[in-house]
Amino acid sequence: MTKQVKQLDRVIIRFAGDSGDGMQLTGDRFTQETASFGNDLSTLPNFPAEIRAPQGTLPGVSSFQVHFADHDILTPGDAPDVLVAMNPAALRANLGDLPKGATIVVDSHDFTSRNLSKAGYTENPLETDALAEFAVHSYDLTDMTVEAVKEFGLSRKDAGRAKNMFALGLVSWMYGRPTEPTVTFLERRFAKAPDIRDANVTAFRAGWYFGETTEAFVVQYEVKPAPMPPGVYRNITGNLALAYGLVAGSTQSGLPLFLGSYPITPASDILHELSKHKRFGVTTFQAEDEIAGIGAALGASFAGSLGVTTTSGPGIALKSETIGLAVMTELPLVVVDVQRGGPSTGLPTKTEQADLLQAMFGRNGESPVPIVAPRSPADCFDAAVEAARIAVTYRTPVMLLSDGMLANGSEPWRIPEVEDLPRIEPGFATEPNHQTTNAKGETVEEFWPYLRDEDTLARPWAVPGTKGLEHRIGGLEKGDGHGNISYDPTNHDFMVRTRQAKVDRIAESLPPLEVDDPSGKARVLVLGWGSTYGPIGAAVRRARTAGLEVAQVHLRHLNPFPQDLGDILKSYDAVMVPEMNLGQLSMLLRARYLVDVVGYNYVRGLPLKAAELASAITDLVEATTGETPSSVSDGHQAPAAVKESVR
Amino acid sequence: MTTESLPFPGLQHVPATEVPQTGKDFSSDQEVRWCPGCGDYAVLKAVQSFLPDLGLRRENIVFISGIGCSSRFPYYLDTYGMHSIHGRAPAIATGLATARDDLSVWVVTGDGDALSIGGNHLIHALRRNVNMTILLFNNRIYGLTKGQYSPTSELGKVTKSTPMGSLDNPFNPVSLALGAEGTFVARTVDSDRKHLTAVLSAAAAHRGTSFVEIYQNCPIFNDGAFDAVKDNDTKADALIPLVHGEPIRFGAPGEDGLGAKGVVRDPATGGLRIAEVAEVGADAVLVHDAHADDPTTAFALSRLTDPGHLHKAPIGIFRQVDHVSYDDQARGQITTARAGHEDTALELDALLHSGDTWTVA
Ligand code: SF4
Repeated sequence: MTKQVKQLDRVIIRFAGDSGDGMQLTGDRFTQETASFGNDLSTLPNFPAEIRAPQGTLPGVSSFQVHFADHDILTPGDAPDVLVAMNPAALRANLGDLPKGATIVVDSHDFTSRNLSKAGYTENPLETDALAEFAVHSYDLTDMTVEAVKEFGLSRKDAGRAKNMFALGLVSWMYGRPTEPTVTFLERRFAKAPDIRDANVTAFRAGWYFGETTEAFVVQYEVKPAPMPPGVYRNITGNLALAYGLVAGSTQSGLPLFLGSYPITPASDILHELSKHKRFGVTTFQAEDEIAGIGAALGASFAGSLGVTTTSGPGIALKSETIGLAVMTELPLVVVDVQRGGPSTGLPTKTEQADLLQAMFGRNGESPVPIVAPRSPADCFDAAVEAARIAVTYRTPVMLLSDGMLANGSEPWRIPEVEDLPRIEPGFATEPNHQTTNAKGETVEEFWPYLRDEDTLARPWAVPGTKGLEHRIGGLEKGDGHGNISYDPTNHDFMVRTRQAKVDRIAESLPPLEVDDPSGKARVLVLGWGSTYGPIGAAVRRARTAGLEVAQVHLRHLNPFPQDLGDILKSYDAVMVPEMNLGQLSMLLRARYLVDVVGYNYVRGLPLKAAELASAITDLVEATTGETPSSVSDGHQAPAAVKESVR
Repeated sequence: MTTESLPFPGLQHVPATEVPQTGKDFSSDQEVRWCPGCGDYAVLKAVQSFLPDLGLRRENIVFISGIGCSSRFPYYLDTYGMHSIHGRAPAIATGLATARDDLSVWVVTGDGDALSIGGNHLIHALRRNVNMTILLFNNRIYGLTKGQYSPTSELGKVTKSTPMGSLDNPFNPVSLALGAEGTFVARTVDSDRKHLTAVLSAAAAHRGTSFVEIYQNCPIFNDGAFDAVKDNDTKADALIPLVHGEPIRFGAPGEDGLGAKGVVRDPATGGLRIAEVAEVGADAVLVHDAHADDPTTAFALSRLTDPGHLHKAPIGIFRQVDHVSYDDQARGQITTARAGHEDTALELDALLHSGDTWTVA
């Protein structure tokens, strides 16, 4: 039968099922198909902290959202246009996010009274008018899968497991996705289990044919490839990009990478990834605890490696003392914090930006640490290289603040040319740097470990094995220059100021901020950092589409702030700072620049919603300028935004 | 020349010095600031005079310490060094030793540093068998914080923080190290320069983690803690010297000129006990086998240590076995992985392009 083909400019699909249903894999495969098709895309996995939460329950629901478009997009999307629900719990858990008119593809197999009640349904929503506002396609996908793969002789249970591939095949048909990448993937993944491989491939194809042949699906949608700058692309998650960035930091500095780490969600994937790259001279040390992870990394830095430790917020709390030691000993160290919901164990698998002040101040004494934050999954690569540059150049620990949304989210990445990557110069000390006269009046060559470079204020890095430069470092206060223990009050004051001045000097090496203010007439600035880049960018676009003038600036460096930030802030009448915390950057900006910024703060464990933020931006522009926009609606219903000032 | 040709296999790959060195070469210009009479002085002197015997380049020796009186040690040695933070020296040394095979890595720690705040790092360094020598200065007290009881203080110890006596059982550091799979576990005494030096030599010669407990007197806060094992009148009956391949005998000489007491197996328990050789016969005395792979007997020997006021303690090498070290294996994996992949720019390019890619013209 002939099907109608309808053009769309963008679609948001959410795959949802039980954590055992393989929804992450399904979403990931759909993403890969979409990436290779050439759409721009952005993804958001969302899964429970429990490995296998009780089957069929709301807490056990795992989902994967992918937003793809024929144009450049910035976020995984606020509300899905299509929900694929594999059981009653998945339907119930996600229904609230769907706008009116959304499409629901549902596997009716598990809509039994037992499973319905596990999900909290008293009536079967497929049989009432509960879903009347939506376009529902309800089929027993499990039975169709079992039927399709029966020739492989699998048990009913094993056969039913391929239902996620059936659903993937169906949705792939609906959106005209290429199938070869998934077939190749399945063949590779299950090469050792031919019956499972064949069942999955067959289920995937059967899903596709089901879409093509059944009359239920009359429309196939097409989302054209997005124009993108020329180059070679791949889809990449933040954790993967961050791991690659660390490898690049190592190759570009010529320093062997040493990762000391203790497993923690959502940072462990960086440890897993780096452990595969020993051919780059990467050592990965899975330590006995967070403290040993960073301790070993610092020991490796002392030995002349690029020491790195990776963790999430609770791990940073444990590493604080060693970060202080790195500040005092002035050794390079990259500390990666993939932020998650806190405090304490908090929300391990959810995202948050609430470790900024911990990164900034979470140590005893005056203990300045540079902070770098990536703004999108692919940007984790550049941010990691930048963190390595600062650490090595300035002999300092550097905090790299990623978050759960960046870690697991993905987007297309234009792969850089290796020769375009920055070079990082370790500039090891090789010779004595100071002369004194001994008792006999002879000149003696000495090595002073705390004599500083005039430009960067960095101290010399002399690694063990370098003849004549034997020296001792440690956590006790150092005398200026010679570096011996000093309890002298004036020296301490001087050293405290010098360590701060060294970190402040980093600002001299930063490029000017990019101010996105197309007309140059905006009076309101939206300033953000980290993963809110996507939602802020999308919200600013909406506001502009509605005719408002809004400027946007996004910070990569949170400490020190770029030199031009103060002037930029003061050149706008109002500054809004959206954050997934209660106003941590706001607090720093107010303290530093005395600018009365307006916070926009949600701490829901999820990315900010662009529609809500757009509406808050609109309110602020109206309040500042008296302008009223035509409309900021995008067809999705935006819940009332909460605009909060700083706590 | 490297030390492979020297009698210290534990230090293979560490470059040897061309110019002979003396103890003075290893003394830094920093004024030593322990209390008068502190046992740390004796150990420092012994280490300074022993280091030249290793024949290593001074710049390839690194001392890492934690926090405590003894942890000031690195400042007084003219080698590379780091006076780190409380309890973390084994972790830092693990990174250092794994990153570089050409360094001789030493950890200086105390009973509080290694067994209390840093206990986790100590046991994991031991089980990994990282190439380093850990010197645990055991004075059975917190010195630097002015006299609280430590995890090796005897039960009921009255200190500033335990006016009615301490309530927690002490660790036996040697038992702990053996339980943590230590491959070289020894004990010595600060005041016995000869024994100390011999044990340090053997520790340096061992490939993997060497753990040496050093009984160290703190005359300020715990004076006399080791009197029984140091006093000329009592030490013969208190110290049980362990020498590989020799019967374990001690005490005043018996008829055969060897110690009148010996360590024998107790058939009733399978454990060890001390007996009069004259009663049990010389043949019944246990011959020390430090190289036995099974640590059971070494552990039993460690239990002969009196946990209270220390009237009895075996000293010497309890266990010394060859097991592959963590860092040798870690470097081995890298060497294997690198073979044929030395062009890092090419490799990086391939890595970045791995997985599904597409080209936009
Ligand atoms: S307090 Fe005790 S251990 Fe510390 S330096 Fe003084 S005597 Fe030595």
